Amino acid sequence: MMFTSNPFVEISASIPPAVMQAYVVLMILLVAAGTLFDVVHKGSAKYFFENWRKSIGKGARPLGGGEMMSIAVKTGVVDVLTSGEFCNPRRRIAHLLGMYGFVIYVVTTAILIFRYPTPATPAPAILPILWWIGGLMICVGGYWFWFFIRADVAAEGRSPFRLMRADLFILSLLGSATLGLIWAFLQSRGMTGAGLCFGLYILATTVLFAGVPWSKFAHMFFKPAAAFEKRVSEANGTVKNLPTQTRDDPAQRERHSMELLRDAPMDMGLGIKREAPRHY
Amino acid sequence: MPTFVYMTRCDGCGHCVDICPSDIMHIDKTYRRAYNIEPNMCWECYSCVKACPQHAIDVRGYADFAPLGHSVRVHRDEQKGTIAWKIKFRNGTEKNFLSPITTKPWGTAIPKLAEVPGPSKEMREGHLLYNEPKYIRMDDGGLHTLRSAGLKMKKGVYY
Repeated sequence: MMFTSNPFVEISASIPPAVMQAYVVLMILLVAAGTLFDVVHKGSAKYFFENWRKSIGKGARPLGGGEMMSIAVKTGVVDVLTSGEFCNPRRRIAHLLGMYGFVIYVVTTAILIFRYPTPATPAPAILPILWWIGGLMICVGGYWFWFFIRADVAAEGRSPFRLMRADLFILSLLGSATLGLIWAFLQSRGMTGAGLCFGLYILATTVLFAGVPWSKFAHMFFKPAAAFEKRVSEANGTVKNLPTQTRDDPAQRERHSMELLRDAPMDMGLGIKREAPRHY
Repeated sequence: MPTFVYMTRCDGCGHCVDICPSDIMHIDKTYRRAYNIEPNMCWECYSCVKACPQHAIDVRGYADFAPLGHSVRVHRDEQKGTIAWKIKFRNGTEKNFLSPITTKPWGTAIPKLAEVPGPSKEMREGHLLYNEPKYIRMDDGGLHTLRSAGLKMKKGVYY
């Protein structure tokens, strides 16, 4: 029952649905405003387009519309939908869990609040189930990341639990999902503390969406842009001045200095990446 | 010419921290990205540049002899067993190099020294070094020379 009942219906007795809907709209506006402020304040878009213009000036091969389209599709499918930029598979899985969990959680929250806000409009069972699954996915991916995968700061003599502004996004996201789930659980059981959890849930959610200019939230907008720019630079040959010659080219394999690799396999193994960097 | 990190490319994996012989590549305590804590102690060995899986580390030239516009970038492709360099001069000249870094798959040519028997008393007291005469092939008809191999020294660079 707990997983199939809409948690926002019970709270609608004390908070009118219109207030909840206004809150969701306010959060969307805060994200949009925060992202725009971030772009203007840090000059990130200016830097991005200046870099783009410079790369064109550096003798880059001009790309056609079709090529640009295929790069955009590849960026969308590989870099955005499957988090293809991650080298570490554990980080990638944790990110996918967090990302899809967040999308499911936010979308189902919005649908439940806007479409099925009162007991008179019962929500199909699948929506609250998806809301729970989304929240749990955020928790699994987020806590896994936070406790086991995060960049190691202990090596720098800092407690892993020392909090700072860089943690604002992940912690407010985890706070929002965890407190939301605890609140729904307590409320469905009629246990005390549900009201307190709801208050903390709203606080964490507000921090998450209102903290965009100071947190990592905006990465969902600028990371795809950076991935697209990276793919374009690979396609037009500038590649940030990185070397492009490889052993895949038969002409390179025939060169005298490559003689030693004539019979070598094309995949020589992982080299130093065979071990995780844990020696410092 | 110390190293620096493109913060947008770095993901804080720690390979550079692991490999830096001067121990000056560290993870920033706030942003959790790598940075060079002591650029004037960097001896430009390029270890971190080659180790970085994201190509997030670059080396900047001193402003007095390497003005903006030049670039020296490297890609150590371990899967292919090659290292490639692209050198861009400030006059626009571009040089590309590709060389092998290993001829065998990684980890297949590690000598199993623990299995090698220790030197005997005579070997310890002898004048030969470890693996002599095997490695200089003195037991294989003397030193291998151009003459013994039927080759002749030629003038100039040739292949």
